[in-house]
Amino acid sequence: MKRIDVKKHVLVPKHEKLSEKEKEEVLKQFSSRAEDFPRILKRDAVLLGMNVKFGDIIRITRKSATAGQTVFYRVVVLT
Amino acid sequence: MPDDTEPYVYKKVANVVFGVLSPKFIKKMAAAKIVTPELYDKEGYPVDGGLMDVRLGVIDPGLRCKTCGSKLKECTGHFGYISLARPVIHISFISVVLTLLRYTCRECSRILLPTARIEQYGDRLKRLGKDKGPDVMRKKLKDLITASKGGGKCPHCKAKQKKIVIEKPTTFFEDEKRISPIEIRSRLEKLNDADIELFGLNPASVRPEWMVLTVLPIPPVTMRPSITLETGERSEDDLTHKLGDIVRINQRLFENINAGAPEIIVEDLWDLLQYHITTFFDNEVAQLPPARHRSGQPLKTLTERIKSKEGRIRHNLTGKRTNFSARTVISPDPMLELNEVGVPDIMAMKLTVPERVSDWNMAYLKEFVRKGPKNYPGANYIIRPDGKKKKLTEDTIEASIEELQPGYIVERHLMDGDIAIFNRQPSLHRMSMMCHRVRVLPNKTLRLNPAVCFPYNADFDGDEMNLHIPQTEEARAEAELLMLVDTQMISPRYGLSVIGCIQDAISGNYLLTRGGFSMPRADAIDLLASIGITEAAKLPKKESVTGKEVFSVLLPDDFSFTGRSKSREEPEVVIKSGKLVSGVMDKNNLGEGSGLLLRNLHKKYGRQFALDVLGKMFKLGIAVLMKRGFTTALSDTDLPNEAKSAIKNVFEKAEQDVAGLIAQYNSGQLDILPGRTLRETLELKILEVLNKARDETGKIVAMNVESYSHTIVMAISGARGTPLNLAQMAGCVGQQALRGKRIEAGYSGRTLSCFQRDDLTPEARGFIKNSFKAGLKPAEFFFQSVVGRDALMDTALRTPKSGYLYRRLANALQDLKVEYDGTVRDSGKRIVQFSYGEDGIDVSKSEGGALSVKRVISEASEKASQ
Repeated sequence: MKRIDVKKHVLVPKHEKLSEKEKEEVLKQFSSRAEDFPRILKRDAVLLGMNVKFGDIIRITRKSATAGQTVFYRVVVLT
Repeated sequence: MPDDTEPYVYKKVANVVFGVLSPKFIKKMAAAKIVTPELYDKEGYPVDGGLMDVRLGVIDPGLRCKTCGSKLKECTGHFGYISLARPVIHISFISVVLTLLRYTCRECSRILLPTARIEQYGDRLKRLGKDKGPDVMRKKLKDLITASKGGGKCPHCKAKQKKIVIEKPTTFFEDEKRISPIEIRSRLEKLNDADIELFGLNPASVRPEWMVLTVLPIPPVTMRPSITLETGERSEDDLTHKLGDIVRINQRLFENINAGAPEIIVEDLWDLLQYHITTFFDNEVAQLPPARHRSGQPLKTLTERIKSKEGRIRHNLTGKRTNFSARTVISPDPMLELNEVGVPDIMAMKLTVPERVSDWNMAYLKEFVRKGPKNYPGANYIIRPDGKKKKLTEDTIEASIEELQPGYIVERHLMDGDIAIFNRQPSLHRMSMMCHRVRVLPNKTLRLNPAVCFPYNADFDGDEMNLHIPQTEEARAEAELLMLVDTQMISPRYGLSVIGCIQDAISGNYLLTRGGFSMPRADAIDLLASIGITEAAKLPKKESVTGKEVFSVLLPDDFSFTGRSKSREEPEVVIKSGKLVSGVMDKNNLGEGSGLLLRNLHKKYGRQFALDVLGKMFKLGIAVLMKRGFTTALSDTDLPNEAKSAIKNVFEKAEQDVAGLIAQYNSGQLDILPGRTLRETLELKILEVLNKARDETGKIVAMNVESYSHTIVMAISGARGTPLNLAQMAGCVGQQALRGKRIEAGYSGRTLSCFQRDDLTPEARGFIKNSFKAGLKPAEFFFQSVVGRDALMDTALRTPKSGYLYRRLANALQDLKVEYDGTVRDSGKRIVQFSYGEDGIDVSKSEGGALSVKRVISEASEKASQ
C-alpha cells in the first residue's frame, strides 16, 4: 500500500526539526523550559520519517489571518 | 477598628493537607460525648450529653459556652462525638472502599499486583497522581491490575480471590455472602502503607479504615441553631433532627446488643443506623429514599448545604451581596455627559460616602451633620475614632455636631461628582462595569446617556442596572483611573470606539451634514449655544451657513480625515483642517464599532477630548431634530400610482413564471439541478423567482419614495430600520421562509384547509403579496405568524445555550495573560501563543485591529519635514 506523506498536503503547514543550537536559542528567546512549550506527539503523522526524539523542538511555519505568516514551536513528547 | 496598614504578619499558611479524620482525632477535638437524644430538660435548659449541650457552643444570647467561656458570636462552637455501637461506612468513601477491597488480597491484604510490577510502575503512578489527580491514578492502577491477570489468585500468597460486588448504596457482598462493616474495617486495617500510596492515598493523613466510622463527630450547635417561632415554640434545625435520629438508633442498638437480642434485630437496627448516618451526610443518595420532615419535605443535610446553586458556595460565598449599592430601572437622558450617571435623589440620600474629619474640612462636614438624614445634602451616620457607628436622628444631631472632631468619619449623602460604578448584567466584558460620575436628579430612575447603551447592551424597555459606591480613597482612585467611561472608549476586541451616536443623534447629524441643508447664521449660533458651544468664531461670516459648516465647529482646527460614509450620494468623507469638506455624517462615522472618525479623534486628541466631542455631536444631532422636527408617518410609505402599477406588473410576471415552472414540473420538462431532486429544483427555482420579485418591488419603492421622508432618512443614515423594512411596509412583505424553505404542508399536502391539495402556487406556500400598509389576507397573516412563532422559539431556546457556551469559554480563558515578551501564557507560565494574536498587536491600541502603516508613514514624514 502506498504511504501518504501528510507533509505534502496543502493544508499541512511546514514542520521542521530544530538543531540543538537553534533549540537553545529558541528556549533563550522565550526564557522558558521546553516543558512549557505546546506539545506534539512523537507519533504524530507529520513527524513520521523526521527522526525526532523526546524533547526536540519542531518549528511550524503557518499562514496567519492576522500576520500573514507566523512561526509556532512545539516540543516532542511521547504520550 | 483595626489599623488597615497593619505591617506585621503573625501567621502564615505554609500548606494545606486534606485527609480523613481518625477516630482518635475526632475524640481529641470533641468537647463532649453525646449520649442522649433529649435536647432540653423541663426548664428548657440544654441537657448535658444531649445534642444541644452547652459545651458545643451557645446560640442563646446571655449564655456562656462551657468550653471556652465566651458569649454568643464570640464562640464559634466546638465539636462533640458519639461512639457508634457498630461501625458504619461513610457514604462519600464507598467507591474508594470498593476499589480497595477489590484490588487487595482477602488473605494477606497485599495489593493484587506482583512485586516486579509495583517496582516497574510505582513511580510512574505516583507522578500521574501528582499531575492529574488520584482519580486518574486509581483508574490506571485498576487497568494495570486487570492487565496483570493473576488468574484470580493473589500474586503474593496465592490465595484464591472472591468476587466482590456492591449493592448500592452501602452493602457489600463477597460471592453472595454479605460482608459486614466490621469485616470490611478489619480488612482495611491490615493494608500496608506502601500499598495504600499506590491507590493515591497519603497514609499519614488517610488510613483506609477511617472511612468506616466507629465514632461520629457531632457538629457544633452554632452551625445548626434552633429558631424560636412567634408562638414560643422551638423549631430545631434539620441537622439536629437527623443527629437525634442517629443518637436514638445508636442507643437502641447498644441496648439490644447488651441484652443479647437475636442477630436479625441487631442487624436491622444496624442497617437503620447506616441509613441515618448516610442521609446525615447526603440526603440525595440515588438508591435511598430521602429522610423527610413530618410535612414530607426532605431534610437539608450536610451535602445539600454545600452543593448546587442554593448551597453555601454559590449562594453565600460566590454570591455575596454588597452594601452601598442600588438598583432600579434605567432611562435615557441625552443631556447628561457620557461619563455621568443620573441618580434619583431618594437614592442619593441612602447611599453614602465616608469622609474623614480634619481641621480643614470640619466646617464643611458639620454642615452635612446639621442637615441630618432627611435633608439633602446631609449625612446618615458619624463614626467615632474607636469604630462606633452613631446614627443621626433629629434628637442626636445637636450632640453630634458638638462631638465632631478630627478623626471622626462622616457618612455624607451622595453628591454630584462622586464616583460610582455602574453595571448591567450579564457582565460579559469589562465594559459591562464602568465608572461614572454621579449627578443627583429628581424622579426615580437611574439615568444614562443613550450613547453608552451599546457597551452595556442596555435599552429602556424596562432594563434595570446596578450602582455601587466605592467607600475608600483607594477604591475611588482605582475606579476612576481604570474604569471611567473615558478609559473604556476603545474596545479591546476590535480597536474601535464602543460608544457612538445612536438613533436620533445619527439621523440628526445626517440631516445636518447632507447636501442642501443651510440655515441663517444667527440660527446656527442659537443651535450651537443650545448644546453648550458659545465659541462660534469658526462659523463663516455670511448670512447663511451650511450644515457641514455648523458640524465643523465641533472639530479641532488641525484635524484631517478621510473615510467612507454609508450613503451613495456622497460616499467619500473628507475633513480638511477641521472642516467637513464633503461626505455625510452617518452611522459609518458616528456609530459605535464602525468607522475610524472617532478612533482617530481619540488617537490624536486623547480620550477626554474624543468623548467630549462625541457628546457634543450627540447633542447637536438631537438639537437639529428638535429644531427641524422629525417623525415617522404613514404617508412616508405612500407610492405614486405608476409605482403601484409597476409593482402589480412585477407580481403578475412572477406569478406567470412560477406557473410556468409548475407546468414544466408536472410535465417533467424541468431541468434537474445537479445534486437535487426534481421537487427540490422546483422549490429552488420558485424561491429564486419570488425573491427576485420582492427585490424588484423593493427597488421600485426605494425609487419612488420621497427621499427626504423621515422613514427613509432613518434607513439610509443607519439610525434605525433598513430599506427592506420600508419595502415591506410600502411594497410587499415577500416570501415567508421556514428553515430556508417555503412553508410546507401542515395538513396533508397543503398548508391550510382553504387551499387545494398539492397546490404549489406562491400564495398557497407562504408568499405575502400585500404590504403591511395594505394589510394582510387571513392566509398571509397566518403564514407570517408561523414564521414569527418559529423565530421567537428559536431565540428563546438559543439565548441560554449560547450564553452558557460563552461562559464556559470565558472561564477557560480567564487566566491567560500576555507577558512582557509578547507571549500568551496560562497561570503555570505555559505558552499558549508565541506572539499575541500571531501578529503581536494590542488591538485596543490599533485601528480596527490593524496598524495603519500609511498613517504612521505620513505622520513620520510630517514630523521630519517640520
